[in-house]
Amino acid sequence: MGYFVTLPAPADAEAWRNAARDAWRAGIAPDDLVFQVAGDTGDLIATASNPAPRNDAPSPLVPRDFLALAEVAIRHRDPERFALLYQTLCRIAAGERGLLDDAADPAISRLRDMAKAVRRDAHKMHAFVRFREIEGPRHVAWFEPDHFIEEAEAGFFIRRFAQLRWSITTPRVSLHWDGESLSIGPAGRRDELPPADAGEALWRAYFRAIFNPARLKPAAMRSEMPQKYWKNLPEAQDIPRLMAEAPGRVRAMVAAGAASPNPNTQRRRQIMPASVTSTDGLAELRARLLAEPMPEWASRSTQPVMGDGPLGAALMLVGEQPGDEEDLAGRAFVGPAGRLLNAALEEAEVPRDALFVTNAVKHFKFTMQGKRRLHQTPDAGDITHYRPFLREEVRLVAPRLVLSLGASALRALTGRAMPVTKSRDLQLQTEDGVPLRATVHPSYLLRLPDEVTRRTERQRFVADLARAYAEARGANLS
Amino acid sequence: MELLRKLEILADAAKYDASCASSGTDKRDSRKGGLGSTEGMGICHAYAPDGRCISLLKILLTNACVFDCAYCINRATSNTPRARFTVEEVVGLTLDFYRRNCIEGLFLSSGIIRDPDYTMEQLLRVVRSLRLDHGFHGYIHLKTIPDADPGLITEAGLYADRLSINIELPQAASLAALAPEKNFADIHTAMGSLRGQIADAKEARRTEGRAKAPRFAPAGQSTQMIIGADASDDATVLGASVGLYQGYGMRRVYYSAYSPIPDASAVLPPRAPPLVREHRLYQADWLLRFYGFGLQEIVAGGEAGMLDLAIDPKLAWALKHRETFPVDVNSAPREVLLRVPGLGTKTVGRILATRRHRGLRADDLARMGVRLTQALPFLVAVDHLPRQLDGLHLRARLTPAPVQASLF
Repeated sequence: MGYFVTLPAPADAEAWRNAARDAWRAGIAPDDLVFQVAGDTGDLIATASNPAPRNDAPSPLVPRDFLALAEVAIRHRDPERFALLYQTLCRIAAGERGLLDDAADPAISRLRDMAKAVRRDAHKMHAFVRFREIEGPRHVAWFEPDHFIEEAEAGFFIRRFAQLRWSITTPRVSLHWDGESLSIGPAGRRDELPPADAGEALWRAYFRAIFNPARLKPAAMRSEMPQKYWKNLPEAQDIPRLMAEAPGRVRAMVAAGAASPNPNTQRRRQIMPASVTSTDGLAELRARLLAEPMPEWASRSTQPVMGDGPLGAALMLVGEQPGDEEDLAGRAFVGPAGRLLNAALEEAEVPRDALFVTNAVKHFKFTMQGKRRLHQTPDAGDITHYRPFLREEVRLVAPRLVLSLGASALRALTGRAMPVTKSRDLQLQTEDGVPLRATVHPSYLLRLPDEVTRRTERQRFVADLARAYAEARGANLS
Repeated sequence: MELLRKLEILADAAKYDASCASSGTDKRDSRKGGLGSTEGMGICHAYAPDGRCISLLKILLTNACVFDCAYCINRATSNTPRARFTVEEVVGLTLDFYRRNCIEGLFLSSGIIRDPDYTMEQLLRVVRSLRLDHGFHGYIHLKTIPDADPGLITEAGLYADRLSINIELPQAASLAALAPEKNFADIHTAMGSLRGQIADAKEARRTEGRAKAPRFAPAGQSTQMIIGADASDDATVLGASVGLYQGYGMRRVYYSAYSPIPDASAVLPPRAPPLVREHRLYQADWLLRFYGFGLQEIVAGGEAGMLDLAIDPKLAWALKHRETFPVDVNSAPREVLLRVPGLGTKTVGRILATRRHRGLRADDLARMGVRLTQALPFLVAVDHLPRQLDGLHLRARLTPAPVQASLF
């Protein structure tokens, strides 16, 4: 015994849902139910109807995802879509709760393919509708979708062209927007479209000019813009000619070879203004650093990071090199080591803004490890490269004492490789005779594995900072 | 000069920039006024026979340029015809093409004229007029001039969805040799500054609510590298990319095979563009970003710092690491499945969802979109055990037949 349901329109998800719910409540098996759309195949079976649902039967429970899938798949032109959806509904309601997750189930994979085809069709409609302007003014277009998507996609064009008045006509239906509301009208014909205008000629000229004949890849074009769309795309009329001419254009380019430089060059000398105009000595130093050739690795960093603090500061701290955060911020000691330094300074009761804080190497040297730019220790050559800038920085700040943090800084300031641990309690001098003391780099403390050592070492570091600051302010210098 | 001729010259001058994205910006529409919408997903409105999508009106404001970059058709010493749009012409073309539904918006760039500030200000006049005078809600990608005044860049970020500065070449020395007026370090500095402003605006929007926060390039920044104009190998190119993605939060690094240009410089005479190499670099780029591969692993799949041109980089890696295969499609974790040739991120997602309910067979995989010829030699399924994993012929069997030589 067969039952028949007549739906009012080919993509009426609401009507299908009501009919399917009633049929399920009436206990009709998928094989006994036939869906048809009003107006299709002459309503051969208009007399048949499905029985009324039993009022005491519950509604089928289905996941939200099924409704979302059904709403899209129902726009597919495949006449079996209704039956396939009903059959799937019955399976889910009968207890196959995880059915939708089974991407390899033949029915689910077919429904998903349908939904995918509908979405692609909609996307192509958004892309390939071409309007022409007529009097009014009014924008009109002719489009030929594969599936029953017109009503569903009207919203896209309303949101995009809400302030225009437009019509999109297809072989099935027409959409009209008057600036305030949408109306759905009858189908139209392609030959009712108005003729091309001057603006369209500009668009075609753009399409021809943006094409690069040296990269002919027609298969890539066809896979995204299938030939069935070409007849309604004004620019596509030029495709055969562009493709035919491309090899000749490239041969001519290659045959012409290199050109001799234009004697009337556009070039002007000295057009780039010097980026730094300040008379500040440090800014000049930065400009000089930028102007000089730098190591390859340095040019991959964001910027040179110069020192920070007042000229004439009594104590100057010199670290190794900027890290990831310093590189992006353009300021020394603002990353993890900088935060540790700040905490230690506070503990030693040394105000950071009274100090001049800088690094021996002015650019961030790193290697890529996974998702991170990882600090890489500068080698002797790197330190030597930046030494003239560091010496000049020390001369400009003119501190009473310099405190080096870590081995790289000590090496840069003395010109010799020296162990930090053995130099820690010595009174040293920089190459230029400025009093110098040495301590560890704060990142050394960050790397210490065990808690006890870390605490002792941190106390020593704080003591070193306090002693250096006291010495720089007092007269306790040899 | 008539508008059509200008358009021909200034579109021709812009076509070597590969970027075409119109996705990933905030959602806007014209129901409360203005023209246009952006809904997250980009739309490609047409495709040219070079296979590239046409999403934005991609033009230069002018192709006059005081820089002399050897790889560029618009370099100062080129004999190419020059043209310059007025601000009104660019605005008019953008709006007209947009109303025809031919484009998602505008990608505007320019040769450097007079000085960086002047050039940036001219670009700004166009986008300011589109946004403020015409209420244009479409997508705007603006090329940023690295040395322009920070105030101009801040304003650019207010109107543009995406900003970009091209790195051009993967090494400082190559850039110095081929583009004497450009500076590798300055380009990085400018990218660092964009990254900071993009991140600040995003953070401010998250914490202060959308209304109050200043807008700055919600679709982020991107950049482009020319491939094959200098001697850099793929390891260098990909190394530079990784640094650009991680250091500056690039949304995309575009690779553009150096293409013969009319009126080529004597330094770089015309020759066939290395299109396959460009393709392999894009594949490697994807593997680095979405498939959990490391730079060294990808590079080691090829020879001497170059990727294998005959097969894709994932297959190249797998063939050199046969000891890690076969993997069981019914039990391997996600990160292992992602390394199987023929499986993409989507198919792996489907496999994980389906196998919770039942064991997978080979024909199940076919229905899920797996490319079986590529995948089956590396996979175990309920009804499948691969045999040829140690065979010497596996590579030959999986290498696509050579395509007939093209053009030259």
